[in-house]
Amino acid sequence: MATVAVIDYGMGNLRSVAKALEHVSPKTRVTVTSEPEKIASADRIVFPGQGAMGNAMQELHRLGLHEVILRHIHEKPFLGICLGLQALLEYSEEDGGTNGLGIFAGKVLKFSDPLMDEDTGQRLKVPHMGWNQVHQAGDHPLWKNISQDSRFYFVHSYYVQPSEKETIAASTRYGVEFTSAASHDNIFAVQFHPEKSQHAGLKLLENFIGWDGQC
Amino acid sequence: MGLAKRIIPCLDVDNGRVVKGVKFVEIRDAGDPVEIARRYDEEGADELTFLDITASSDDRETMVHVVEEVASEVFIPLTVGGGIREVADIRRMLNAGADKVAINTAAVFNPEFVREAAAKVGSQCIVVAIDAKQVSEENEPKRWEIFTHGGRKPTGIDAVEWAIKMESYGAGEILLTSMDRDGTKIGFDLELTRAISDAVRIPVIASGGVGNLDHLAEGVTKGKADAVLAASIFHFGEYTIMEAKQRMAEQGIEVRL
Repeated sequence: MATVAVIDYGMGNLRSVAKALEHVSPKTRVTVTSEPEKIASADRIVFPGQGAMGNAMQELHRLGLHEVILRHIHEKPFLGICLGLQALLEYSEEDGGTNGLGIFAGKVLKFSDPLMDEDTGQRLKVPHMGWNQVHQAGDHPLWKNISQDSRFYFVHSYYVQPSEKETIAASTRYGVEFTSAASHDNIFAVQFHPEKSQHAGLKLLENFIGWDGQC
Repeated sequence: MGLAKRIIPCLDVDNGRVVKGVKFVEIRDAGDPVEIARRYDEEGADELTFLDITASSDDRETMVHVVEEVASEVFIPLTVGGGIREVADIRRMLNAGADKVAINTAAVFNPEFVREAAAKVGSQCIVVAIDAKQVSEENEPKRWEIFTHGGRKPTGIDAVEWAIKMESYGAGEILLTSMDRDGTKIGFDLELTRAISDAVRIPVIASGGVGNLDHLAEGVTKGKADAVLAASIFHFGEYTIMEAKQRMAEQGIEVRL
């Protein structure tokens, strides 16, 4: 039986992620875990998370998961979600400055205050909460059967800015144009919540379950 | 194009059953929250809100099971309100599959609870529900106060100031209900909605008074709400969520179609 490890480091509710994965792939064993051995032996890794980056990095270090992720991230299909994308960058402005895992070159920035809509001049609310369009930068196995500019559900106050253009897999506009998905080899990470994005989100998770990690 | 304004159907649940009558032609059991949630999801609801109005706390466990069942088949954000008094209540709902909890009375009696909750589970999970009622006279500048006990008990707290305070305590979103309009079907209190929405940086959900689809659109265009919540116009099969979205789109509002 194929296995997916959903990394549990106490940041946010992981039940929905597990439920959505089980829903799209009843034949896959989904384990929500913080045990290094289970993460090491799984066929695929999902790295979710919600909350503050400072806390997240602290917990990853405390649980020894920081090393586990670095050791296995290049080995098998890996999906980061929300904070699980942000933590892959080198540095975040959050919590007075926090170092990330440095898988993607670049940083995590806070939406400016006030944040204004470029077109209407109106003030935008932060967090960026709700359904926004995701513009795919190019073909990728995870975008299979998902229409260009489909809407996904977002909740975040910080956004990632990779410094290498080729790692940008999608972008979204909210006051600024920001990276809503990043990818490199077997790694794919998204700012939105596929587990809460109805059809488009479930399709992306299904594509991930079927992905061999090649681009 | 950008962020869509959200339409959120609200279900009042009493001891595991949806009350206030929900009527869909093809639904077998109009009181089953799971079946109704599934239907709203198919119609294109952007989120769902469940308000637990169960009187006895012994029966609250029932709500946990409802959330669990809905969360295993409906993959859009779920908010649960009613009877959320301590962090343990929040954790129970989040573990059952809720994405956010709405805190109402408990915030009024103990504002520190909001701060504690946001610190423990993150602001993105904390919705502060505000029940407000106009207290100014006709010739005075408009002023609204927070009321508890279904709009019966005044608290003397100014609604706009309260919203600002709740944001600073860590609320991630505000669910604003006009107690003057709730159940009237004459439309949102647009001035109240606008006053609160302008005062805070976090998203505001307008609630109370929706009687037709234009009311929903006005909540956004005139009230500056980020999301609109309604119960009865969807429950009784008067309008579908998709019809609501189409009407809003016709008025230039961005929606997820």
